[in-house]
Amino acid sequence: MITVLRAGPLTTVQDLGRPGWAHLGVPRSGALDEQALRLANRFVGNPDDTAGLETTLLGCTLRFAEATVVAVTGAVARVDVDGRPVERPHGHQLFEVPAGGVLDVGQAARGVRSYIAVAGGIAVEPVLGSRSTDTLSGLGPERLTDGTVLPIGVPGGAPPLVGEPSRIAGELVLGIRLGPRDDWFDTSGLFASSYDISPLSNRIGARLAGPALTRAHAGELPSEGVVLGSVQVPADGQPIIFLADHPTTGGYPVVGVVGNVTPLAQARPGTTVRFRELD
Amino acid sequence: MKIRRVGAAGLLIECADADRVEDWRAELWRRRETGELRAVEIVPGARTVLLDGVAPGTAELLPEWEPGHGEIRAEGPLVQIPTIFDGDDLESVAGLWDVTADEAVRRLVETPLSVAFSGFAPGFAYLRGLPDAWAVPRLAAPRPRVPAGAVALAGGYAGIYPTASPGGWRLVGRTDQNLFDVRREQPALLTPGTRVHLVAA
Repeated sequence: MITVLRAGPLTTVQDLGRPGWAHLGVPRSGALDEQALRLANRFVGNPDDTAGLETTLLGCTLRFAEATVVAVTGAVARVDVDGRPVERPHGHQLFEVPAGGVLDVGQAARGVRSYIAVAGGIAVEPVLGSRSTDTLSGLGPERLTDGTVLPIGVPGGAPPLVGEPSRIAGELVLGIRLGPRDDWFDTSGLFASSYDISPLSNRIGARLAGPALTRAHAGELPSEGVVLGSVQVPADGQPIIFLADHPTTGGYPVVGVVGNVTPLAQARPGTTVRFRELD
Repeated sequence: MKIRRVGAAGLLIECADADRVEDWRAELWRRRETGELRAVEIVPGARTVLLDGVAPGTAELLPEWEPGHGEIRAEGPLVQIPTIFDGDDLESVAGLWDVTADEAVRRLVETPLSVAFSGFAPGFAYLRGLPDAWAVPRLAAPRPRVPAGAVALAGGYAGIYPTASPGGWRLVGRTDQNLFDVRREQPALLTPGTRVHLVAA
């Protein structure tokens, strides 16, 4: 059992989300930096889809009732157990927190989101097959607050594996496949420009600020389904890249789809983003 | 029909009208049931059907799967929604239609509706069937809170709010039906293709 001592600005339970329900208006949700969650789970011997915790910028502080094997991945952040910094043999933190011990994941020095996996996983009740908190629709467990108590599942005992740490870049070059609505725009501007990640970004989307993308023709688009990584361009011409909690349908045209949104999970406001065309 | 690419594993089928959207949606769901189609998501929109998480080569199969007109459509389940027509915007809707409030209610209960697509919130269904001439604009300023169960109109659609949320649709009534319950095997009461009748409660 875990008791939350300091929840931080936004700490949520996340697994790999609930794909397959978009036709009912249910977002996919799930860990924003999916690779980091998978890696943390492998460290502690969990299946990849086990639920862990996702923190935002300032980390969180947790007390463990029982001795627990824990891994922390994702953002570069100081990690302390009972006030002492944790060794980092593989560029990640894998360690045991003793019974009654306090884990503190600190402010991210690089990146945004830390992932905390515990052997056995966070065992809150699943909703539509997932334990993820969906910040758009409100499905799944509430975001953590100070005092939240979280159950831990039974460890599977699989041997811990080591993987590649995620890289956190100062400037992102995102591969994008044009379409489905690239014919609504002059797309040369998309590749000629650089954008900044806006501080208004969240789990729903990474908002970009830069030169407005020019419409090739006006008009309104009837609502249509959108996918993870869709680059939607509202009337003001400032692109939004849809992340895990994105709405299932949208009424603004999607100029293209980013192939891998994982780097955006760790991109801080002000990070420079460029696009390059895939295929 | 035109097929547009959506990222590495998505396809968007553009349809001539909402009837064809429903034809394609039903056909693709059927083909997924039989195992001919692999797709993580089949998401109808107003004029499109989105496939996501499809196997390579799916785009080449689609032209062969073009469904007949209305073959599957008539088979959708029928759900009756007991509705109390006391919405705050019923008078304004009647005004836009240039009829009395009683006549507006009569139109709403006598028009067969069906779920075109979902979105906005889990279980929120865009119901089509109202004639184009009865389309009403959204409110100029959305209400900060619309209660769960509110029956409302906007554009050419009717909809029922599954949960309390902000909203700009015109409220014509309310129902006590539970539109979305994650504990049910089918969490949404109204799924794409479902036929809907509003019934005066």
